[in-house]
Amino acid sequence: MAFRDRPLSPHLLIYRPQLTSVLSIFHRLTGVFLISGTALLCLWLLSAAAGPEYYAWSQWFLTSWLGYALLGAWSYCLFYHLCNGIRHMFWDIGLGFSLRATYASGVLMVLTSLGLTALSWGIGLAFYFTQ
Amino acid sequence: MSIQTPLARVRYLGSAKEGSHHWWWQRLTSLMLVPLTLWFVASVWWLVIGGATYEALQDWLSGPIAAILMLLLIGAMFYHVKLGLQVIVEDYVHHKGAKWTFLIIITLGCLVGAVAAIYATIAVAFGG
Repeated sequence: MAFRDRPLSPHLLIYRPQLTSVLSIFHRLTGVFLISGTALLCLWLLSAAAGPEYYAWSQWFLTSWLGYALLGAWSYCLFYHLCNGIRHMFWDIGLGFSLRATYASGVLMVLTSLGLTALSWGIGLAFYFTQ
Repeated sequence: MSIQTPLARVRYLGSAKEGSHHWWWQRLTSLMLVPLTLWFVASVWWLVIGGATYEALQDWLSGPIAAILMLLLIGAMFYHVKLGLQVIVEDYVHHKGAKWTFLIIITLGCLVGAVAAIYATIAVAFGG
């Protein structure tokens, strides 16, 4: 079975990294990482369904240093995946395929995701200090 | 030289399976998730970082808008996860047994997660 040894597609290791391919790989990685967030969403909702004493546990975990670190990572990955997803939608309707445009939209996407993360944490901290 | 039409020659030989169904639903769920995740992040920041009480959470989730949006988020999100993980497995796992094992775990795992989250949402929404 010689064909068993053919390289797998997409080929990750045989190309020199470029902005476009690296951003594409991180789209998948952020997507996979965000799945751990969906698991926590389930636990968060189930703890709320189980009653105030269980909800207090998830509130304690989420506002611990580990919880804040996870929320920080999830929020950035979410905004990255969201912004790059919108970039994909433009490609789906046939826009922005030139080399210049893919690089420009890539840089714009990274800056927008950073900006949205900073904005959301600014709003989050505003909630924190007003309550 | 055959007098068969090209369509007659290929029909029933290959497998198109669901055609564009996978691609289309990946796009539909992403379209839904753009506004839903923005709403979700704002809500979680307000509830968790703002340190809202359990009663505030109950009030929030028993309102029709929050409950409906949460159920839509759960449905779109878990279906999106299922479709996304499926592509990764189909790209990189070529051993037939392993591939199908992963695909079954992914599909059933997403179903269990979605049902658990829907149950919890409804329990809070109507439990108060």
